[in-house]
Amino acid sequence: MVRRDFLRKTSLSGLGIAGLGSIGGFAGLGGLIARTASTETPTAGSTRWGLAILTTDFSRNPEIIKACHQAHNVPDIPDKKQKIKWIWEDNAQAAFSEGLPSRLAGELETRSFLLLCNHCANPACVRVCPTRATFKRSDGIVAMDYHRCIGCRFCMAACPYGARSFNFHNPAPYLPASHPAFPARMRGVVEKCAFCSERLPLGLAPYCVEAAKDAMIFGNLNDPDSEISHALHGRLSLTRRPELGTGPSVYYIL
Amino acid sequence: MYNVKAILTGLLVFMAIFTSPFWLNQLGVDYKRPALAMPVGEKECLAPTDYMRGEHMRLLNEWRDLALRQGERLYTDARGRTWEINLQNTCQGCHNDRAAFCDACHVSNSVSPYCWNCHLEAKGKS
Repeated sequence: MVRRDFLRKTSLSGLGIAGLGSIGGFAGLGGLIARTASTETPTAGSTRWGLAILTTDFSRNPEIIKACHQAHNVPDIPDKKQKIKWIWEDNAQAAFSEGLPSRLAGELETRSFLLLCNHCANPACVRVCPTRATFKRSDGIVAMDYHRCIGCRFCMAACPYGARSFNFHNPAPYLPASHPAFPARMRGVVEKCAFCSERLPLGLAPYCVEAAKDAMIFGNLNDPDSEISHALHGRLSLTRRPELGTGPSVYYIL
Repeated sequence: MYNVKAILTGLLVFMAIFTSPFWLNQLGVDYKRPALAMPVGEKECLAPTDYMRGEHMRLLNEWRDLALRQGERLYTDARGRTWEINLQNTCQGCHNDRAAFCDACHVSNSVSPYCWNCHLEAKGKS
């Protein structure tokens, strides 16, 4: 074999091996996506906390937002661009950016929707966090360890729901009438709703659910006999941006 | 040997300066453990005082990970008593005077923990 042939053949076979490798890599990635997406389907026995909001019963109730923000020491910052929100209200267009299913619109367009962290089955924010400050708990809650947050804001870029806020300034001067039971945050930290994970072990429902009375139902989505499963069964409900495959745990019953 | 005088005085001066912290320390006062304001009405913390004095920071780190990562909010101590894992409410529930308890020791040991960047101070006496 002449030297040129030898080189040609070895480089070609090298390319072939590299090609096979990349195909294998893609197949592996596909498997990973399929696997993570499958966590959306309920598995019996395990807990996955979820929230159902009855949008018909839900009238504008500032008490719900106030209850959450006061209890969690969420600062009230007047500057709109630097606002910090764990739970907030917006219209259908903002809530479901793809718009409502056609012909469903009408009265729905004028309804107001409560928006909060969706505690996704497949959370993009958890994937991008470089310090694992945000992580998914086994009960489905996407939680934050504020001690670890370095304020890189990758999670804010990744979250398609705008559920995360950044503390551009020291929030201390903007804190509500101080609530000593829950810590505040500091400058340079991202914060968001945690489904009141500090209240659940005590057997209490989240503050928003408590304030909303019957307009919000909190419970275990994996338990077919839970109140939330009964409420969702056989009724038309929407989740925000299902096309992204994040698998939200917050349902809007129409 | 050349310049013996200069070399020897230089060496002496160097040794005097180099060992000065040691000598100066002999003149200074001894470190005194600051007097801490202990909680009124409570006799024992969840572990012996010596352990708490030396290792409370480690315990707090463990508590942080238990509460936030594992979602476990209850802690049973060696004597079988149960405590809610909560710096702001459980610890500060008894140790409610930050300046006279926490800071007194932290300041004299030149440590500045970042607990109170977020955790609110107890609303006890201040």
